[in-house]
Amino acid sequence: MLKPEILDPQGNAVAAALPRLGFTFAKSVRQGKRFEIEIDGQPTPAQLAEVEKAAEVLLSNPVIENYVVRVEN
Amino acid sequence: MRVGVVTFPGTLDDRDAARAVRAAGGEAISLWHGDADLKSVDAVILPGGFSYGDYLRAGAISRFAPVMDLIIEKAKEGMPVLGICNGFQVLCESHLLPGALTRNSDLHFLCRDQKISIENISTPWTNTFTKGQEIVIPLKNGEGSFQCNDETLTQLENNGEIIARYVGQNPNGSRNLIAGITNTKGNVVGLMPHPEHAISALTGPTADGLGFFTSILSAMVK
Repeated sequence: MLKPEILDPQGNAVAAALPRLGFTFAKSVRQGKRFEIEIDGQPTPAQLAEVEKAAEVLLSNPVIENYVVRVEN
Repeated sequence: MRVGVVTFPGTLDDRDAARAVRAAGGEAISLWHGDADLKSVDAVILPGGFSYGDYLRAGAISRFAPVMDLIIEKAKEGMPVLGICNGFQVLCESHLLPGALTRNSDLHFLCRDQKISIENISTPWTNTFTKGQEIVIPLKNGEGSFQCNDETLTQLENNGEIIARYVGQNPNGSRNLIAGITNTKGNVVGLMPHPEHAISALTGPTADGLGFFTSILSAMVK
């Protein structure tokens, strides 16, 4: 996700489109990105650490984005 | 005077950048993204385009190209590097320059002749301009909005690291109208608009852009 202080024109465009369709619930919208990474079996702590590293080095740009790594079955 | 011009898959403006180097009196050396060899160049230009298709984020994958390892190393030692447009994005992703380039605030791809003012004339890429000089060169990008946190912005302002600003209305939402910045050492410069497309009146809106290329030659001769 873009950090809160970084301008998000895509999120703003979505926020402007929602009320045009009758959806009036949104105070604001931020748009982000999600990567689904498949591995064999349950991740080991070492594998999770590798994923964290990849998230920081390649998948996100820590200058403007935050990321969260989550394990799902 | 050998100026390397890097070609990544998806680079568009390498030929114009090489032509600009030659027009300024330098020798343009083609560098391929996959080569771990800088061919003894004295300076490097990362031209515009859509390297690696801008997949993931603009410049994010190019940063890990073999040629970039060498460029990052040499840049840290002081070799002059100029990143134009996509090249600027690559330099930010490489952390050679602070901040990042994000989607234009109106979400449109912009292509137009843009007036900018040159704010810092002490870099090897801007030394033939005069401070505050206004020039017109093409601006053409979809992700040209310079963003950074307040601390970085203050640092850029206080250290004179903003080398060029847009004149008039902000075209893309860049903080403080930033069109180009340099690093603390002053050898690495990133610029969103395209000087290489404005080196002669026949093919560009002006010949104003040539100054960036004559600058690097004069910096090297000194």
